[in-house]
Amino acid sequence: MKKLLLGNEALAQGAIDAGISGVYAYPGTPSTEITEYIQKSKIAQELKIHSNWSVNEKTAMEAALGMSYAGKRVMTVMKHVGLNVAADVFMNMAVSGINGGLVVVVADDPSMHSSQNEQDSRNYGKFALIPILEPSNQQEVYEITKHAFNLSEQMGLPIMIRMVTRLAHSRAGVEIGKRKLQNSIHLSKNPHQFQLIPVHARNRYQHLINIQTDSRENSENSYFNKFIEGSDNSMGIIASGIAFNYLMENFENGNCPYPILKISQYPLPKRQVKKLFDTCEKILVLEDGYPFIEELISDFLNENKKVIGRLTGHLSRVGELNPDNISKALGFDIKHTEKIPEIVSGRPPELCVGCGHRDLFNAINILGKENDNQKVFGDIGCYALGVLPPFNSINTLIDMGASITMAKGASDAGIHPAIAIIGDSTFTHSGMTGLLEAVVENTKMTVIISDNSAIAMTGAQDSSASGRLVTICKGIGVHPEHLKVLTPLHKNLEENIDLIRNEINYDGVSVIISQRPCVQLSKEKKDNIKHLLEIAIN
Amino acid sequence: MKINIILAGVGGQGILTNAAVLDTAALACNLNIKQSEVHGMSQRGGAVESHVRISDKEIFSDLIPLGKADMIISVEPMELLRYLPFLKKDGLLVTDSNPFLNITKYPDLEELYAEIQSYPNSILIDAQKIAKDLGNSRATNIVLLGAASSQLPLSDESLIQAIKTLFERKGAKIVTKNTEAFNAGKEIAKEIFLKNIVS
Repeated sequence: MKKLLLGNEALAQGAIDAGISGVYAYPGTPSTEITEYIQKSKIAQELKIHSNWSVNEKTAMEAALGMSYAGKRVMTVMKHVGLNVAADVFMNMAVSGINGGLVVVVADDPSMHSSQNEQDSRNYGKFALIPILEPSNQQEVYEITKHAFNLSEQMGLPIMIRMVTRLAHSRAGVEIGKRKLQNSIHLSKNPHQFQLIPVHARNRYQHLINIQTDSRENSENSYFNKFIEGSDNSMGIIASGIAFNYLMENFENGNCPYPILKISQYPLPKRQVKKLFDTCEKILVLEDGYPFIEELISDFLNENKKVIGRLTGHLSRVGELNPDNISKALGFDIKHTEKIPEIVSGRPPELCVGCGHRDLFNAINILGKENDNQKVFGDIGCYALGVLPPFNSINTLIDMGASITMAKGASDAGIHPAIAIIGDSTFTHSGMTGLLEAVVENTKMTVIISDNSAIAMTGAQDSSASGRLVTICKGIGVHPEHLKVLTPLHKNLEENIDLIRNEINYDGVSVIISQRPCVQLSKEKKDNIKHLLEIAIN
Repeated sequence: MKINIILAGVGGQGILTNAAVLDTAALACNLNIKQSEVHGMSQRGGAVESHVRISDKEIFSDLIPLGKADMIISVEPMELLRYLPFLKKDGLLVTDSNPFLNITKYPDLEELYAEIQSYPNSILIDAQKIAKDLGNSRATNIVLLGAASSQLPLSDESLIQAIKTLFERKGAKIVTKNTEAFNAGKEIAKEIFLKNIVS
């Protein structure tokens, strides 16, 4: 019988069945369930597949490369903006190449359901000159993941699988195949492969350029790219990944009269694109995310108007695709549907009842009334909701770790009080180096680590910071007299305000750890954290 | 055979559980399924929806097109109306009557109920009370699923079996409570359907 799986779960099952020895990842919507599935999988536990969370995406990808160096198959998983963090190793491991099959899974979030931008990871794949796979449905996710590991070892390159939110978070029945055994340890025949000093890097880079022809040929022959003939050549359609499903939805039983080129493997298969160009009067490009294919195949001035899509206004330049905006692009009549009655009001997400972040924001807001110049630099996590009413506590929110470094720059510019608010896991992900910078210059600023001992927004995964924050801050060099711990509870409000006020007024860097476990955690987890904190104090 | 269902409510109200019951039942009947859901930020007390599509033919899109939903089942009355653009003409609306009040601008209840009842095919019930009277207020979502069940292309047996499968690990008592909730929802909907026919 078929197994009912999320796109993300189908990917994880595909990786297990491809014989991986480890997955390295940092949680991030919409990618989190991939690693969680492997963590919960009985067979993965029996096979001792590594699946603990990494500290950030860069450490994850580097560890994955280490496992690949040892000859084993490995996967690294992140959300789109996570790849920015890992971009250094990502670009360079395309040059070194891999040994054991290595697959980079990146989950993009068109329409920014849970993200700060809608960057399209295919640009990164092209930038690094590696093949990209973009599955269209759950069954294909499973198949393509197994294919990715074979392709990786065949080409000696890391392979990117690009997911999007709707595929990641949609379930369907998936037929599961056989599982491959794990690789044993074996090293590369070329002892210089992973030594990217210029003399070896030049060789490797030349090799990467040389195999681009093979890479394109693989796409031409890929089972996952399909040229579907049609009867009406007035238009040809290129549909990549999930866009293919939305396209088919618009025709009874998927009987589309136009020729279609379905793309699920890059680099783009040139011969097939040319065939579509030669036979059709115009080309409609359907792709979720950036106009990546459209830009590649349009001439710069697009004077002949042959290629249409997001760049020509036939589809919106921003936001995700769906069956309805594709219906419009196909020229079908706009449907008249019920309207949302005016009495319906918005219901944005909010912090949980009893959440410790709430008590912290209350204290910060009272202090803000005392001093109009106070600016609060926020970070990525549940506490980002402090941007919204009723709190309106946070002035900036850019990327993982930016709270501390932006507060530093603003303080250098003369803004006081400059307060950074960062979660415990975000702090260990990308905040520690920024804090070191502030310590080195003893910058006048206050860092508040809102420590709920979990990666809460993505589902309360374990945080690498749990029980370690005081030690880390001391180690970085924060003065012990200006390293404080408070408990964000309503009954402590007055004393917490006093404590924060004192530190804001200190002429140097201070750190306040606002510590109370996430209300979503189980009692077992809370007890475990209590234990960790006791060890840390003793 | 093809049915499109939108499940609506607020994060934590059991929307994904209802989706899982439908999925499990459909899979056991060898039907095709696609079911999209919301994870991440919106789950924290925000509006949550799930699109469930069941068919004996291939299903392409994970999302239901506008005007193509056969029914909307909502655990919250205002959330029901948010997805009206998806409802096909004379589609079925099933909702609990209890508002989830975590926003300041909540509509007037009388006005809200009148709006819901202006649709010919609507079932507005106090599912929470029914569930509570049965001794498990957490089964509100299952009462609503029961209320919609006569319009589903899945047999009661398959749906109840799915409830058993999904709640099994929580113990026999929880299975019984949820099965009772399903049946109670079915009964009250039957009465409403009859009344609608008479009037």
